[in-house]
Amino acid sequence: MKPVENEPNVEISGKSAAAPNSEAEAETVESAVSASISTEVLPSDSATELDVPALPTEMLLEMYRKALAIRLMERALLAAAEEGQIGGAMHTAIGHEANAVGAANALRKGDYVTCTYRGHHHGLAWGMDPGRAIAEVMGRSDGFAKGKGGSMHFVSPENGMMGANGIVAAQVPHAAGLALASHLRGEDTVAITFFGDGALFQGVMHETFNMAAKWKLPLIFYCENNRYSEMTPIWRTSSIEDIFLFPRAYGMETMQIDGNDVEVVHAAVSKAAERARCGAGPTFIEGITYRLAGHMAGDLETYRPAEEVEKQEAYEPLTVLRQKLTARGVDEASIAVIDEEVDEMIEDAVDFAEESPWPDAAETYRDVYV
Amino acid sequence: MRRTTYIQAINEALREEMARDENVFLIGEDIGHYGGLFRVTRNLLDEFGEKRVLDTPISEQAFMGMALGAATVGMRPVVELMYMDFTLVAADQIFNQIAKYHYMTGGLLKIPVVIRGQQGGGKHYGSQHSQSVDSLYAHFPGIRVVAPATPYDAKGLLKTAIRDDNPVAFLEHKMLYFTRGEAPPPDEEHLVPIGKADVKRAGSDVTIATFSYCLYQALEAAETLEEQHGISCEVVDLRTVEPLDTETVWESVAKTGRLLAVHESYANCGVGAELVARAYEEAPYLLRAPARRLGMAPVSIPVSRVLEAEVLPWKEEIVATVLEMERR
Repeated sequence: MKPVENEPNVEISGKSAAAPNSEAEAETVESAVSASISTEVLPSDSATELDVPALPTEMLLEMYRKALAIRLMERALLAAAEEGQIGGAMHTAIGHEANAVGAANALRKGDYVTCTYRGHHHGLAWGMDPGRAIAEVMGRSDGFAKGKGGSMHFVSPENGMMGANGIVAAQVPHAAGLALASHLRGEDTVAITFFGDGALFQGVMHETFNMAAKWKLPLIFYCENNRYSEMTPIWRTSSIEDIFLFPRAYGMETMQIDGNDVEVVHAAVSKAAERARCGAGPTFIEGITYRLAGHMAGDLETYRPAEEVEKQEAYEPLTVLRQKLTARGVDEASIAVIDEEVDEMIEDAVDFAEESPWPDAAETYRDVYV
Repeated sequence: MRRTTYIQAINEALREEMARDENVFLIGEDIGHYGGLFRVTRNLLDEFGEKRVLDTPISEQAFMGMALGAATVGMRPVVELMYMDFTLVAADQIFNQIAKYHYMTGGLLKIPVVIRGQQGGGKHYGSQHSQSVDSLYAHFPGIRVVAPATPYDAKGLLKTAIRDDNPVAFLEHKMLYFTRGEAPPPDEEHLVPIGKADVKRAGSDVTIATFSYCLYQALEAAETLEEQHGISCEVVDLRTVEPLDTETVWESVAKTGRLLAVHESYANCGVGAELVARAYEEAPYLLRAPARRLGMAPVSIPVSRVLEAEVLPWKEEIVATVLEMERR
């Protein structure tokens, strides 16, 4: 995210790079631009100050299982979308898994989470059932919201998952409201809200920064910075290079971390939660990560070269987790057993969803009012 | 029965509900230390403290969204919008979020939020501080819309709204704040049901269905029509805009055969248009003359009192319209 080499308004064939007139021209622009997007993964800033303790191998194995389940569910959903089983906008989180799994494991039962429409990974990390999740995305009656919410509205109050949202940044004040409820009731629960780098430019984000910081709400702002706001690289839209500087202006503690490493995420969220629980107020965490699939199913991905994605494949959450496990002496065979079990679980989940009946038409008119 | 102002009735309803249920809290601009721009929330900070009456920065989107978040875990936020025009500032949180959340989650979450504040013209506040948003709110499913005209109804409906598990837009009117009327004694269990209209004046020739401040304009018009033209108007106070109590309106039209809907939000695509359309769909056999609607003229609301009076659908226009209907 440090586009220092190239200026965003680079001129190509006498036209602004921001407005290519043809597909061929678009490609020229993209390749010219891609060099300017840093694909470096390890950031700096306060991550150096963050103490990252080694997590127990058992916990890492559980995290691996969860992250893999997310990855395989997302792949299954993309395949189902290609088959025409899923309509609308579906945003997968392939490459983002560590942010969700690391955070969920760092928080307690009773804590709350809200997230952006790229939220399948949060749903599963917070304990939602993959079968009911896939059924929901497919619009079936066994979906957690009976087919009314779909991909962009994962929700599971029993797990503290209070909703993903279709409007960028709209879920952020919701989490602040959950934190406010904790604060008003004198409870020690915290709320965490996930959003992308693109959400930094919504007004409500800044309104919430200010109120959460002023009122010292037990809230964690977690930015999954994958460096693209939908199809536009962040350097094209941000007035500053390091987006964690925005919350700093509101007097907030910030951390810029490696969002592909579950142990780093776990450590950062644990630290932020501890601050929140003792009344020290909100923390902003910027997890640097990368979206390995398109913005949404059907994304042509003309805005980034294949080499950039390939480069990121070498340092993505599952690879990082496998390396950690291997370094702990977990052998290939044990990992393969988990791979097989998770694969089977997701296959069963897909079968469950595909066999789930369509909702009854009468369901359309329920839940408008209580 | 004792008499209070409309403001006092609302203040009492808030105080009583806050005392009854600790999940009820107030959030909005200048409502605590200042007591509200129109003094509706005065003294409540002193009585309940800063954790129950929250003064916010001028961030309508954020505090509206926070109300939703708090409501998902059983809090009952009452949000004050200083002017209901600011609905449009917080529109995403109100219409995309609060109104839809129960549905989108398949009923897993309830959003018992009350959004209250004053709307309407008559005080020369101009285009961005005089709008009536009842028709706008009513357009979106998932949110109840009430707009009481009297202290009695305001108190009873606000207490009901706070206890309702649905989001409720509670629309006050700046011209009503200092009006006085009967109200039950403080701390009496006084609830007025949402979705129930009330006949405020009995009559036999024309039914005027209205709500909010237009009720008083309609009652004055009815007086004039009776005295000067011998026309007897029945005035139905809808009180609730969503859901519309068409049953009570049709009962009245069954007597009069004539229906005029009056409100201060735009006539175009407004509540009145809806009511008239439903009359033709559901009870056309009751109508002996074409049903009519009156609303705000299709212009932004001007400041000059002369120009503002021109666009408001008040007494003179009601009288003129009823006379036209009677000639048919």
